[in-house]
Amino acid sequence: MFSFCTDPDTLSDLAWMACYLTTGKHLNFYYAFGTVLVLLAITAPTALAFGFAGASAARSRVLPLSLLGKGYIAIVRGVPDIAFFMFFVIALDQGLEFLKHQWVCPDWDQPIRQGNDFLVCQAAKVPLGTSPQWMHKTYSFFVAVFTFAIVFGAFAANVLYGAMRAVPRAQLETAEAYGMTHRQTFWRITVPQMWVYALPGLSNLWMVLIKSTPLLFLLGVEDIVYWARELGGTKTPRFTDYPHGDWRMWYFLVLLVFYLAFTRVSEVVLDRVMARLTLGQATTGGDAQRKAEA
Amino acid sequence: MSCVQTIMDYGLRSLGYGERLLPRTDFTLCQQFTLIGSGLIWNIYFGALALIAGFFLATALALGKGARPAWIRKPSEWFIFVFRGSPLFIQFFFAYFLFLSLKGVSPVFDPFSSAWLGALVVLFFNTAAYSAEIFHGALKSIPRGDVEAADAYGMSGWPRFRRIIWPTMLRLAWPGYTNEAIFLFHATTLVFFSGFPAQQQKGDALYYASYFADKTFNPFIPYPILAFYFVLLTLAITGIFGLINRRLNRHLPAEQRRKIRLRPNLIR
Repeated sequence: MFSFCTDPDTLSDLAWMACYLTTGKHLNFYYAFGTVLVLLAITAPTALAFGFAGASAARSRVLPLSLLGKGYIAIVRGVPDIAFFMFFVIALDQGLEFLKHQWVCPDWDQPIRQGNDFLVCQAAKVPLGTSPQWMHKTYSFFVAVFTFAIVFGAFAANVLYGAMRAVPRAQLETAEAYGMTHRQTFWRITVPQMWVYALPGLSNLWMVLIKSTPLLFLLGVEDIVYWARELGGTKTPRFTDYPHGDWRMWYFLVLLVFYLAFTRVSEVVLDRVMARLTLGQATTGGDAQRKAEA
Repeated sequence: MSCVQTIMDYGLRSLGYGERLLPRTDFTLCQQFTLIGSGLIWNIYFGALALIAGFFLATALALGKGARPAWIRKPSEWFIFVFRGSPLFIQFFFAYFLFLSLKGVSPVFDPFSSAWLGALVVLFFNTAAYSAEIFHGALKSIPRGDVEAADAYGMSGWPRFRRIIWPTMLRLAWPGYTNEAIFLFHATTLVFFSGFPAQQQKGDALYYASYFADKTFNPFIPYPILAFYFVLLTLAITGIFGLINRRLNRHLPAEQRRKIRLRPNLIR
């Protein structure tokens, strides 16, 4: 990175550190922080959409649909999430390959499950065995995003379901009195008003989502945990210009601080959003704001 | 091989007794049930011990957070913030590597780098922090009348705490604490995926479940078995905590008793 980095053995401590922290692998490590942020940025809205769909389904007056919604919420919430993550990644993978297999190789006559193996024809591999490295990485990233979205969608569905029921009954009755249909009441009255009731739950969920991002590591994405283990391990002079002992403790300390800072910033921002949303609402929070002003 | 034989061989495999080699081919349903169930011993061990030990630290931390002097309040607040604000997964990793480095300092730290003690310490601190927040909330919502009544009876200091404040705090916090307990048991599945090695393949339920999923490429059997065990475990915890809840609320008229509403399972 820097011009003086050509011979690390001769450098002073500070310069050595500067060179060490800007090696190519470290840049990958810094990129991984970006990966985490991108994951959050994609997952949060997707999970919210899943949650909205789940909550609307659970509220539906069509019985199968409401059972589907409630079942989705109940199943995902009842099992340790990490098990869910590990299950889903394989299940999604195999599901996709199975579907593609049916599509691409209809005249394949061998069974797909042969004892301990899951065999589909070569053309049905997702992604294809011949595709470049970045395709594999992108694919595993999106499988991870999808898994996160499904799991957190169930939590969000639960929060939104409660929030939809918390909208004061009088508001809905007024809408009915104006002759609105169910659909109109839902979109014009319930949905705009539910957010203030949903926000405490959703902000809780956001915190949890932040804290679950290290599980990316278990899903096979090269995230910050992966790089922290990789870079922190003991390095001998034989393989690298920057030998050092076992520094994994310090790398994980950095991660710990990163997450703490992220949590703190989110807390502050969410408090502001909540203050903005309660403004003028008929809740105890809104009353308290009015009193504070007066 | 009959199923009874399998249970004899693998029932205590997670503790290192019985057959040394894990099954490698021709996995039967019985083997999967037995091994995953055997792994559950570790989950119960971690969960139960951390919960019991954490309960006392949590009470202390909750009182500390509510205390007036800054030198008590600040450390408690920071402890709670650090353990609630960072992922348990990272805490496990950090603690493991910390203990590894401390090993070089003094042999006292040797056992800490294996899961049975090291992970237990992390879980203990973690659950103490989460429970302390619940207890602190309960402490703040103790009805003023209760405390005034205690004052009127001439109670103060330790007797007032032991006979009025503490029981009321527990009563108010219990539903939340039940969820925390369920949650903690779910969190124990992270132990063997976070640095702490499973020596001689002595792992927990998830460890064996993922072993089978890896070997058979079929996640649809071991993970549902795991889920089944955890649903049972959750029911057991709810049952036990429900009994305690009944006892805590026994002086209240029937309709005022607070039912525990289950809201388990969010990642920490």
